Amino acid sequence: MSSKEIPVLKAQNLGIQFGGLKAVTDFNMEIGQSELVGLIGPNGAGKTTVFNMLTGVYQPTEGSYYLNGVKMNGKKTHQVVEAGIARTFQNIRLFKKMTVIENVKTAMNMHMHYSLASAIFRSAKYWKEEAEIEEKALKLLDVVHLKDKAYVVAENLPYGQQRRLEIARALATGMKLLLLDEPAAGMNPSETAELLEIINVIRDQFKISVLLIEHDMSLVMKICERIQVIDYGVTIAKGTPEEIANNQRVIEAYLGKDEEEEAAVC
Amino acid sequence: MPKEKKVSYLINFIGVAVVFLLLMALFESNVLGTRTNYIRGIATTACYTIIMVASLNLLTGFMGEFSLGHAGFMSVGAYASAVVSLALTESGVELPTFVLFILVLLVGGVAAAITGILVGVPALRLRGDYLCIVTVAFAEIIRVIFCNLEITGGGRTLSGIPSLSNFYWVFWVMVICVAIMYLYVRSRFGRTVMAIREDYIAAAASGINVTFYKVLTFTVSAFFAGIAGAIYAHYMTAMIPTNFNFMYSSEFLTEVIIGGTGSLTGSIIGATFLSALPELMRKFATYRMLAYSVVLVLVMIFKPGGIFGTWEFSLTRILKKLAGKGETKAVTGGAAHE
Repeated sequence: MSSKEIPVLKAQNLGIQFGGLKAVTDFNMEIGQSELVGLIGPNGAGKTTVFNMLTGVYQPTEGSYYLNGVKMNGKKTHQVVEAGIARTFQNIRLFKKMTVIENVKTAMNMHMHYSLASAIFRSAKYWKEEAEIEEKALKLLDVVHLKDKAYVVAENLPYGQQRRLEIARALATGMKLLLLDEPAAGMNPSETAELLEIINVIRDQFKISVLLIEHDMSLVMKICERIQVIDYGVTIAKGTPEEIANNQRVIEAYLGKDEEEEAAVC
Repeated sequence: MPKEKKVSYLINFIGVAVVFLLLMALFESNVLGTRTNYIRGIATTACYTIIMVASLNLLTGFMGEFSLGHAGFMSVGAYASAVVSLALTESGVELPTFVLFILVLLVGGVAAAITGILVGVPALRLRGDYLCIVTVAFAEIIRVIFCNLEITGGGRTLSGIPSLSNFYWVFWVMVICVAIMYLYVRSRFGRTVMAIREDYIAAAASGINVTFYKVLTFTVSAFFAGIAGAIYAHYMTAMIPTNFNFMYSSEFLTEVIIGGTGSLTGSIIGATFLSALPELMRKFATYRMLAYSVVLVLVMIFKPGGIFGTWEFSLTRILKKLAGKGETKAVTGGAAHE
């Protein structure tokens, strides 16, 4: 990323406090066009809290964040999505009783404009828009290899496919920044490999930036261009995968300190 | 409009028309003798009950929120329309009966819709049990207000309302109302509402303004409850606020649940059945409420989603099956009827 370009996402001293607890403090991050950045850290480090702040679920109590230079603080979730940040969830949240294609179409609602009257009188505009999104939704499902499952009820899909459907639904919002919260959790190696391929395809095809939370280190090391590590809400390291893998503080955060060292400190 | 859909809408319309003609023949031919008027009365009751139950199903089945105050919206529609038609009669304005009928329906619907917005905006910040309690409170407040307003007859019976609701008109109003609700559900509006029912957090994360669509659906539902209220007022010609009590609201909810949450067909069948039941079981009137409860318990045990679940009746699909063409997508609603 050249320094002149406006970053897709810029977080400045972002922080949130729940009562006396500072869940995240001084979170700084810049993501450029088509960049894939990983956010890692031990359990309870505040990774999902960062996602919740970026998507308007929580309002940050400190700092601010910008999407393409536009300040996003204070926006509600659906406004953030309209602006161009979409996400998936750690525990899959699909519209379970709806079909796969309906799940995707729902996320396209904000790009549809026919009125209540058009819907009731089934005007030409209704048929045109409905036909358009049907086609678009099928194309998106093709990207995540779910086209043949389009009319299956979502809850009947196997786990790995549900994850991919969630990604398709996020894509349907037409966002610029995609936040993936542990997309590979609970997947077997072949499913993870397929996911990896899909993430690469959507980056190339849709020219979007991705911020990824993931525990599967092999996945993170393989696809992320930059990695940021947080622990107890504080950023403890930033850098390329190789730098992070050899960073002493990161190793300590994950594995704890060496006993001898600790004894020496005491 | 795709040709397939055109044909399907036409077939369903013909289906409705056939049912209408059969009922008309039944009432006009005097086969039932002295009981004709009585049965016609039940059929009219069934029609406005269908509108009530289907509109409540929009909330309960499609949006996933319980309302135990739907009779409140019905009473708003009933009283608003009655006040208007009484005022028109008194001031000596001569309108053709049909025009007057349509006018009072719209007055009832709009009045209830406005109330729906006023109640919905603050109340729909709540969910589940809490919203349910608020709707109960709303219906009670409305009842107490009507008991104390001079214009609604105070606590006494408001009588002398012109009798406008004849069965034939009411039938078609019911068909149009149910058809509109069906078209609402099968559009982007219905899709968002169902998404909100499934997972409101994911819906918001998909760019849906959850509050807006909830209030919209609440308003649409209240609008149709108001229309049902207006039919009620001009069928009964006399009413008292205590008619619209908590029991009446809960009766509608029972019918929604028995028929199937998320199935307009279920609402229609459930409403018809339960409107006819008290009359069929007149000899056992004492045990009526007991029968209700037993049916409800049995349905909950054996078919928790209601008798029809989310299944919709489709004349087109049945015809195709008969023609051996196999199954197609469900395309009806308006055609499902008693």
